Amino acid sequence: MDLTLSPDQIAFRDELRAWLAANAPAPITRGAHESLPQRFEKLRAWQRRLHDAGWAGVAWPKAYGGRGASLIEQVIFLEEMARAQAPPMANTLGLGLIGPTIIHFGNEDQKRRFLPKILSAEEIWCQGFSEPNAGSDVAAIRTEARLDGDAFIVNGHKVWNSYGWIADWCALVVRTDPSAAKHKGLTYILVDMKSPGVEVRPIRQISGESEFAELYFKDVRVPAANVLGKVNQGWEVALGTLMHERATLGASITILYRRSFDRLVELTRQIRRNGRPLSEDPLTRQKLAQAYTELEVFRLNQMRAVSRVSSTGVPGPEGSILKIFWSEFNQRFQQTAQEILGPYGMLEEGSPHSVDDGAWSYGFLRTRGNTIEAGTSEIQRNIIGHFVLGLPKSY
Amino acid sequence: MQFDLSETQQLLAKTARQFLAAECPMPEVRRILETPTAHDASLHRKMAGQGWTGIAIPEDLGGMGLGMIELAATFEQLGRALVPGAFFSTVALAAPLLATAEQLAPLCDGSQTATAAFIEAEADWNPASWQCAARDNQLTGAKMFVPDAAEAAFLLAAARGNGTLGIYRIAKDAPGLEIIPLKSIDLTRRLYEVRFHNTPAEPIVTGPAAGHAIARALDIATLALTAEMAGGMARVLEITVEYAKARKQFDTPIGKFQAVQHMCADMYLWSESSKSAVYYAAYALDKNLPEAASALSVAKLYAADAYREIGNRAIQVHGGMGFTWENDVHLYYRRAKAGETMLGDNVFHRERLAKLVVDRL
Ligand SMILES: Cc1cc2nc3c(=O)[nH]c(=O)nc-3n(C[C@H](O)[C@H](O)[C@H](O)COP(=O)(O)OP(=O)(O)OC[C@H]3O[C@@H](n4cnc5c(N)ncnc54)[C@H](O)[C@@H]3O)c2cc1C
Repeated sequence: MDLTLSPDQIAFRDELRAWLAANAPAPITRGAHESLPQRFEKLRAWQRRLHDAGWAGVAWPKAYGGRGASLIEQVIFLEEMARAQAPPMANTLGLGLIGPTIIHFGNEDQKRRFLPKILSAEEIWCQGFSEPNAGSDVAAIRTEARLDGDAFIVNGHKVWNSYGWIADWCALVVRTDPSAAKHKGLTYILVDMKSPGVEVRPIRQISGESEFAELYFKDVRVPAANVLGKVNQGWEVALGTLMHERATLGASITILYRRSFDRLVELTRQIRRNGRPLSEDPLTRQKLAQAYTELEVFRLNQMRAVSRVSSTGVPGPEGSILKIFWSEFNQRFQQTAQEILGPYGMLEEGSPHSVDDGAWSYGFLRTRGNTIEAGTSEIQRNIIGHFVLGLPKSY
Repeated sequence: MQFDLSETQQLLAKTARQFLAAECPMPEVRRILETPTAHDASLHRKMAGQGWTGIAIPEDLGGMGLGMIELAATFEQLGRALVPGAFFSTVALAAPLLATAEQLAPLCDGSQTATAAFIEAEADWNPASWQCAARDNQLTGAKMFVPDAAEAAFLLAAARGNGTLGIYRIAKDAPGLEIIPLKSIDLTRRLYEVRFHNTPAEPIVTGPAAGHAIARALDIATLALTAEMAGGMARVLEITVEYAKARKQFDTPIGKFQAVQHMCADMYLWSESSKSAVYYAAYALDKNLPEAASALSVAKLYAADAYREIGNRAIQVHGGMGFTWENDVHLYYRRAKAGETMLGDNVFHRERLAKLVVDRL
């Protein structure tokens, strides 16, 4: 066990730290006069600046616009972003899930075509897995693709597609062989969202906003060259994406958590109850210390997982503990925040007296989705039970 | 950067696991815990023969000269095997307070065991609350919850001379030393009340150095305790998963039922997360990082909750069997419960953490 950084890694960290100190913008959070698209464009501009300075895709190969460093540098990158309280990058799914899947399964043309624009935020990605009748049971999807010359014709309906409203590209899982067994007839294909026949309908979610959408595909022509991996072997590719989703989505989210925690501590110094600041109230201190403990244990789990992946190559089923941990922690943390803020915690964006312009009431509602997106907590526990602990499959 | 144990460290852990499987299997644990002090001198000497008694003691003081990670890896295996007796109090509590080869020699070679006495009637781990008095090298006062005191060749006690804390050494046969056994939940680690009535004592460290020595010793003890917890909970998880695979109801292994399977998944999550926290604390302490103090509190309070909850689930998954004396789970569960308050309960550690992360002291 050795957590010391090599001289190169230290140089990387120091250079990044200095760059962030000079360049990181103010937090890009919810504000009364900014719409979701306006905020998104700010995040995109921020990603572009990171990219121009060579900080996007730290662990991606140089040939495709990355920095060619190791996963360790990637972790340093995330920790320094958190430290600097810098906003996250815009292209969440492209960077965290789909890019790594393309790196692993893509051919040379696909890598050259897609990866650089993920890093520059020129092309935003969404993930088209879930359908109205296939959520946890992803392999039950029905959206079909029929080969017609050098293209597939796609017909079907996807739901809950985060970033669907802005995405330029979609990583789509489709059924190419309806006669094959459930997992055997699937294909993973990359679809240009501007193709004729793609329709995006926003879905209004619990928080009132529309961060996800549903996608309708009507006779959409997708070049066969856009198949990632092999035809009818899409399940393996999709699993690759799901493993990355479990293992890495939390990493970018950690940046936000640490910032929220620090902000909450700051608020406890300002809020007075029983004639003293809440930061001096023993019960509040207990709650904050508990939240800090869980946040820290999550960070360490993550560090340990990365260290394992850098020696074994791919994230394994133990990534499920990361997914359960960050999502359930975040729900507990938002509840703690609500207890600390009292009735002010429920005030929404634009309301008089709202705290941080409604960030906390939004956060409270938004975290309900954490234990559903990227594989529900129940599915993650099934994965641990069966694939890690070797218990019989429960269904 | 490498979070997992190095090859040598893994070898050390593996050797320890094999040694304990041979020398201290569960029937042996059960035999030892029925003895008056729950200690077996011959097992203790064999463990000393492995070098474990001096694992993190510098070579020039008679130890193996290894670090905190090796110490944690060893205690993890001891916790896994539920080794009873005075090894913990000797190696994790007493030895870290001693600084000379002469003082340490009988502990390193396994010929003697020792313990340390800190907390008093208030059971408060804040040293400011300790009142036991030292005057003319004689102690007066009472210490509570002292582990393995009846087995110890000598005790080290924190006491106040002229208002400042010092560490004093009291021989087992010193006049005015009273050792009163308590009957506690953890059968593998006996606790005692220790009373001093003008008891002769030799000052070991006094003045400002004593405060540092006590803080350092408590850090090492906390690390050893959390490592033991991590080993114990991993074993409880294993026992439970084995049972969930083997036990059938409704013609089905109970581990196929999601209610059971998900309990096991939670146990896995807590167990692995504790391990991350414990080894990071070991690393931080080994390297003397500024965050060592917070890392230890994080590990202690996370692992304490995890071990207890894992015990709760384990008993539930075992059904009626889990409620029996015959089943091993309760022996671990008892240890988990006792560990929760030892070296500061979660309220104590959260407040300690709050000083570091809320007040940023
Ligand atoms: C905020 C958010 C963003 C999302 N973004 C995307 C996206 O970008 N792209 C995308 O493709 N999808 C996305 N999703 C969809 C998400 O992946 C699915 O909602 C999720 O997989 C669950 O599927 P479902 O909604 O159909 O629920 P169901 O699968 O119907 O599950 C309902 C309940 O049954 C439980 N359940 C189901 N099967 C089992 C089982 N075998 N054992 C035990 N319990 C079970 C579930 O845990 C859940 O509690 C998003 C969802 C949310 C909430």
